[in-house]
Amino acid sequence: MTQSGYASERETTEGRVFTVTGGDWDTVTGSVDPLSNEKIVVNMGPQHPSTHGVLRLVLELEGETVQEVRPVVGYLHTGIEKNLEYRNWTQGTTFVTRADYLAPLFNEAGYCLAVEKLLGITDDITERANTIRVLFMELNRISSHLVWLATTGMELGAISMMLYGFREREYILDIFEETTGLRMNHAYFRPGGVAQDIPDSAIKKIRDFLVYLPKKLKEYEDMLSGQVIWQERTQGVAILDVTGCLAMGVTGPVLRSAGLAWDLRKTMPYCGYENYEFDVPTATTADVWGRYQVRLAEIRESLKIVEQALDRLRPGPIFISDKKIAWPAQLAVGLDGMGNSLEHVAKIMGQSMESLIHHFKLVTEGFRVPPGQVYVSIEHPRGELGVHAVSDGGTHPYRVHMRDPSFVNLQAIPAMAEGALLADVIAGGASLDPVMGGCDR
Amino acid sequence: MTIEPNESSTGGVPVSADPVGADVNAPAQVPSSPRKGMFGITGTGDVSGFGGLVRRHPEIVGTAKPYGGYFDEVTDALEEAYPGFADAIEKVVVDRGELTLHIKPERVLEVAQIMRDDEALRFELCSSVSGVDYLNSDARRLHVIYHLTSMTYRRRVRLEAAIPAGGSLPSVTSVYPTADWQERETYDMFGVVFTGHPNLTRVLMPDDWEGFPQRKDYPLGGVPVEYKGAEIPPPDQRRVYQ
Repeated sequence: MTQSGYASERETTEGRVFTVTGGDWDTVTGSVDPLSNEKIVVNMGPQHPSTHGVLRLVLELEGETVQEVRPVVGYLHTGIEKNLEYRNWTQGTTFVTRADYLAPLFNEAGYCLAVEKLLGITDDITERANTIRVLFMELNRISSHLVWLATTGMELGAISMMLYGFREREYILDIFEETTGLRMNHAYFRPGGVAQDIPDSAIKKIRDFLVYLPKKLKEYEDMLSGQVIWQERTQGVAILDVTGCLAMGVTGPVLRSAGLAWDLRKTMPYCGYENYEFDVPTATTADVWGRYQVRLAEIRESLKIVEQALDRLRPGPIFISDKKIAWPAQLAVGLDGMGNSLEHVAKIMGQSMESLIHHFKLVTEGFRVPPGQVYVSIEHPRGELGVHAVSDGGTHPYRVHMRDPSFVNLQAIPAMAEGALLADVIAGGASLDPVMGGCDR
Repeated sequence: MTIEPNESSTGGVPVSADPVGADVNAPAQVPSSPRKGMFGITGTGDVSGFGGLVRRHPEIVGTAKPYGGYFDEVTDALEEAYPGFADAIEKVVVDRGELTLHIKPERVLEVAQIMRDDEALRFELCSSVSGVDYLNSDARRLHVIYHLTSMTYRRRVRLEAAIPAGGSLPSVTSVYPTADWQERETYDMFGVVFTGHPNLTRVLMPDDWEGFPQRKDYPLGGVPVEYKGAEIPPPDQRRVYQ
C-alpha cells in the first residue's frame, strides 16, 4: 500500500484498487450538518399525473416535510372572459362551457342565469326548461364527483377506482350525448331555456342509470372505506376548519366537510331547487376523509334530485315564449351534432320571408340586453360559481367575470400542506378537486 | 414588475415587438362615445338612416331610500357602525334586486373591515373580486367590484370602487385573505394596483407579459404569438355584427 497525494491504493488479484474516502475530505464532510442542509426545492408540475391538469407546485422540503408551497396557475388561460366580449350573448354559452370541462353544464347555467337576470326574464323561464336544467346539473354533479373519486383514487394508489369511476361517468356522458349531441362542451343551456328537448331514449337511460349507480356506489365504498391504506392516506390529512375555509374563500364539499352546511341550492335557491327534497351532507372531520364522505353522500342526494326531476317533467315548451329573445330555429340533433332542424330550414328558405329576416337578425346580431350588472352564483360541484355580468345595452356582453371555485379554492393548498408530509400534498390537493380549465379560464 | 405609469402606456405585446392595442394606432374595438349607428358599418354610404342613430351611455343614478328588502337594514347598519359613511359612500344603487355601494377607493379597506366584523352586517365571505373597464364612459375608468356574502343573514352586497388608469386602492387581503389571488387577477387583467397586497404579481398571464388584456383598448388576438410565425387577426378584422 502506497501513500500518494490523491487516493490510497492497494494491489489485489483483480488489479489495483483506489480508495477515495478518508484523507482530507473527512474534515470537510465532517463539518457539514446533515440536517440543516437537507432543504431542497422541488418543482412539481405543470406536467404531473397527480396535479389534475397543469397545476404547478413549487415545494420547499426539509426531508419529507413540506416547509413551503407555492401554487402556480395560469398554464391553461384561454381568455374566455375576453372572448365573450366579442361574441353575442347567446354565443357566450359555447365559450363558458369550456371553462371547467368537468362541469360544463354548471358554467352554462351560471352564465345563462346571469343573462336572464339582466334581461329580467328569470321568472319567465318555463317549468320544463328549469326541470331539465336541474336534472342535467345534478347528472353533471354526479359525473364530476365520479371523476374526483377516480382521480383521487389513482393519486392515492387505488388504480382500480380510477377505471371504475371513469366507466360510470361514461354512462352519464352517453345521456348527455343523446340529448345535446356532445359528450362535453354542450352549449346546451341557452339564455331563455335549453337548446333541445330530452328524447325519450335519454329518459330511459337516466332511469336505468338510477338503478345502476347505487349498486356501484356500494361497491366503491366496500372497496375504499374499510381499507387501511385508504384510511391512513385520508384521515387526519390536510385539515382545514371552517375558519380557514371562510378566510381562504373555500366553498363547496370542502367547506361542508368542515361542518358548515352551506349549499347555495338550499341557502339561495335558483332554478326551483327549493321545490326538491334533498339533504346537505356534512362531515366534521375537516380532512380528506370527510371530503370523500361528503362527496359520496352528495352523489346519493343528486340521484334523489334526478329522480324527482324526472317525475315532475311535464310536457311543455323548453324555451321562453318571447320571440325577441327565443332562439328562432328548432334545433335537432343530427349525425354531426346539434343543428337547425330540416323543417325550420325548409320554412325560412322556402315559405316565409319574415321568418328568414327574424332568424337572420337574431342569429347574426343577437338580442339586446338592458344596461346594468348582476351577480349570480350557483352551487358548482367544487363550490360557489359566481358570474358577474355587465351589459352596456348592446348585443355583446360588456364584461363577464367568472368566479370559479377551483381558482379560489387552490389558494388553500399552502394552508393545508405546509408542515405536513410530501405525500399529503397530493392527497390535500386532490381533495380540493381543482380543475385547471375552470381555474385559469 | 412594471406598474403602468400613465394613460399613454402601451398594452398587449411580448417584449421587443411594436406596441399593439393600447392608445396608439389601436386595432382594437375601442368603444366610442357616443356610439353611433346600428350595424358597425363605416366608410359606406348609409341609405338606411340607421347609421345616424346615437346610443347614449346610461348614467348610473343613485337610488333613493327606501331601498326595499334587506337593503335598508344593511345600509343603516353600516351607517351606524361606520362614522365616515357619508363621506365614503358615493352612491347607493339598487338594481335588479341587487344592492351596490359605490365607495371612494381609499376607503375600501375600512368599509370591508366593518362589513365583515359588525354584528348586524357579518359579511364573512368575499365571494368575488373583479374589474370592469369603463373606457370613454367614466373618467375613473377602472372599476373594482367586490361581491360580499353574509352566511349568517344570507345576504349579498356589491362594493364598487372606481379609479383612473394608473391609480391604486388599498388591498383587502388583510380582511379577506381569499382576495389574494382575485386581486392578483384584477391587477393582471386591468393593471389595478392594490397597495398593501403581499405579492402583487401576475397570476394567469405569463410573468413577463406586457399590457393588461381585459382592458377595453387591448385587442383580442392580433398579438404576435411565438408559434411558427403564425399571426391571427383580431376578430373585429374578420367580421363583425354589432
